[in-house]
Amino acid sequence: MNRKTILITDDSTALRAMLVSIIESLGDFRIVEAANGFEALRLLPREHVDLIFTDINMPDINGLELLSYLRNNPNYEHIPVIIISTEGSQGDIEKGRLLGANEYVVKPLDCSDLKHIIVKYLG
Amino acid sequence: MADNNNPLISKAVRDFLAEAEEIVEHLGSELADLADVADNGDVDPDLLNAIFRGAHSLKGLAGMFGFADISELSHNMENLLDWLRLGKLKLDAGVIGVLLEAHDVLLSLVRSLPEGEGGGEPDGKISACTARINACLEEPNRDAAQASPLEALGLSEQVLKSLTEYEEHRLLENLSKGKNIYRVHASLELATFDQDLAAISDAIKTCGEIISTLPSMSSNMETNIDFDILAGSAHALEEFAPAVRHDSVTVALLNGDPEQPAAGAATAPPKNGNEEPANLPAPPDALPAPAPASPAAGTPPLSAKSISRTVRVDIGKLDELMNIVGELVLAHSSIAALAERLRNERFSRVAVELGKSAKVLERKLTDLQKGVMDIRMIPVGQLYEKMSRIVRTISREQGKKVELLFYGADTELDKLIVEDISDPMMHIIRNAIDHGIESPEKRLAAGKPEKGVIKISSFQKGNHVVIEVEDDGGGIDIDKVKDRALQKGFVQDLGAVSDKDALDFIFLPGFSTTDQVSEVSGRGVGMDVVRNNIAAISGMVDIETTKGRGTRFIITLPITLAIIKSLIISCAGRTYALPVTSVLESLLLTGGDIKTVERREVTQLRDTTLPLLRLEEFLCLNRRSDRPEEFYVVVVGVAEKRLGVVVDELLGQQDIVIKSLGDGFRRFPGIAGAADLGDQRTILVLDVGGMVNDTLRSGS
Repeated sequence: MNRKTILITDDSTALRAMLVSIIESLGDFRIVEAANGFEALRLLPREHVDLIFTDINMPDINGLELLSYLRNNPNYEHIPVIIISTEGSQGDIEKGRLLGANEYVVKPLDCSDLKHIIVKYLG
Repeated sequence: MADNNNPLISKAVRDFLAEAEEIVEHLGSELADLADVADNGDVDPDLLNAIFRGAHSLKGLAGMFGFADISELSHNMENLLDWLRLGKLKLDAGVIGVLLEAHDVLLSLVRSLPEGEGGGEPDGKISACTARINACLEEPNRDAAQASPLEALGLSEQVLKSLTEYEEHRLLENLSKGKNIYRVHASLELATFDQDLAAISDAIKTCGEIISTLPSMSSNMETNIDFDILAGSAHALEEFAPAVRHDSVTVALLNGDPEQPAAGAATAPPKNGNEEPANLPAPPDALPAPAPASPAAGTPPLSAKSISRTVRVDIGKLDELMNIVGELVLAHSSIAALAERLRNERFSRVAVELGKSAKVLERKLTDLQKGVMDIRMIPVGQLYEKMSRIVRTISREQGKKVELLFYGADTELDKLIVEDISDPMMHIIRNAIDHGIESPEKRLAAGKPEKGVIKISSFQKGNHVVIEVEDDGGGIDIDKVKDRALQKGFVQDLGAVSDKDALDFIFLPGFSTTDQVSEVSGRGVGMDVVRNNIAAISGMVDIETTKGRGTRFIITLPITLAIIKSLIISCAGRTYALPVTSVLESLLLTGGDIKTVERREVTQLRDTTLPLLRLEEFLCLNRRSDRPEEFYVVVVGVAEKRLGVVVDELLGQQDIVIKSLGDGFRRFPGIAGAADLGDQRTILVLDVGGMVNDTLRSGS
């Protein structure tokens, strides 16, 4: 198969379920989920990930720390990273940009925004 | 696509409701903890951050699902909490009161959701609460944030850029309180880093606060991953480093080393015999004493009714509960026997009443047993959402159009069986799309609708559940099946093979009618695996097919594996149980009906030769000297294999609860477990699969 793999990292089960539902309706993707930065770090060596959505505020390893690790690791530095955030976290969003995030999407998620991003990076 | 989206969307909404309620309940207990320590002014940053994160999650969730009231109120609450955790606002009784009020309104809003739109909280309460939150944010209780102290720590730009605003605040807070800032560097193996990191983090938390955890690439990047943990602690380096001692861990003090020598040189006072040296660190701050909990007089009592109707229960606990119920049944048998004995010795009112109580106990135990069994049941529909995804994926890949229909999604099965049936179901569905349903062009040419239909139905049938997977594709070409069977050597003479028997060939290992191996279902996994997996849970699978019109797979499953209907038999004076799902029929034979082929006893059963197994020999039982002229044979089957088990008597059917024999006895072939009969006898349950495999392989 030639399906692209998307990793969703967020500590909210329902938000991940919603994201999975939206992404599946957009096309044929393989989706893996992580409930926090720990799980994401554990999943990365096993899965060939093509795109990552991550929240910022998560327990233990936050989204910025995960992003910093990705951008400094030759195995993962090429993977596009999309930050999921709220409009109230502008400071953290800017830090995400500085650390190398490709895009950010704001909750509540907009299907057309998501579609545009997925087509841009996986189309 | 919209039809397929609906089940997922509704599931997401249910997830939201369960999670939202959980978040709000957590907020309640955490806010109560916060109120307890508010007077001290030294709030646990982890607690405050946890509350902030809860409000943050609730806001994002509610916004995604369109619940604007909840989203807006939790957004305002989040703003207030953000100011608190960043130190922009001081926590006092007034702020606590506003937070508690906001929580109460949120709770009402979340709990009114299942009742529909009309049951919402009056807007007045929401706006009043919002106004109070905004009033707090306008007060001038702000401390000027300092930026310069971060530079003195000598942190790398990478670390600084990875700190969230909150973490920056915590770092500054620790500095302003005179805490020591440590960097704990750990190089951990990829395979076990999560446990190791958790252990190190726990050790740090016992003597300080973790500010951030930054993963980085290890110099040995193929096997290791590095972490830099920033921590604030009141302890000196000599106390902090030993507490977090661990393999591959180094500890560095960031804000103490450069300052101490200079401070010592510049500010050394004249020596006095009673004074301590000046460069010793200041004594750690005293831990704040917990304030007594103040009851919230104005808070209405929370409803015990839970919005989410589901409770996760470990299946092992249910098994233990079932065991206890079984023991109670035995205890009841003893009581009933005592009552009977008392009544027989002499008439007595006590004996009569004891008998009545035993009857009542029996009925209650039956209800309890049924209740425990029901807890294990889940609707088959839980499988269907996963199937929808599979069908969309495979049909898109195959270039076919498929509609998936579900019926009977609420039929219930034992959870373990639902899990075990998942893979066989997926395989059958894959085959239906890959081999059954034609391409849109072929379908149109055949006068069929362009879109194919796969219908999955489930219904209860006695003690079993039947799941049917039916497609309207091209059906199975039985002539092709027969040719393939002849080719493979499964059969010598096609004339003797009926269409029904020919379909069974599909389940033989190595059989496949597909000349072209496709990526989806040509991985070498044949239908034999499907049937074996179904047989492993005491199920059976049959096929009905009409060429040009479609194929139907009929899977018959026991409702649960914990209680099964069994045939009770006796052999050499002992009693055994055979699961009825494996019993096909029973025969009465005489010595003349038995032949010996290659030193194996067989009998002719209609068109086939049935191998026989003398149970007494298989179990090494002692036979009395005389051998009866007539004897019973129970015909049992597993997948396509058949075996006749020779027994002495058939004692009837009975529901039994199977119990494991324990690890020490697990290895015995032919024994599946033990069961208690109502009259205090314990018998062995025969493992048909083990008996069949052992017999047909060894040729005993």
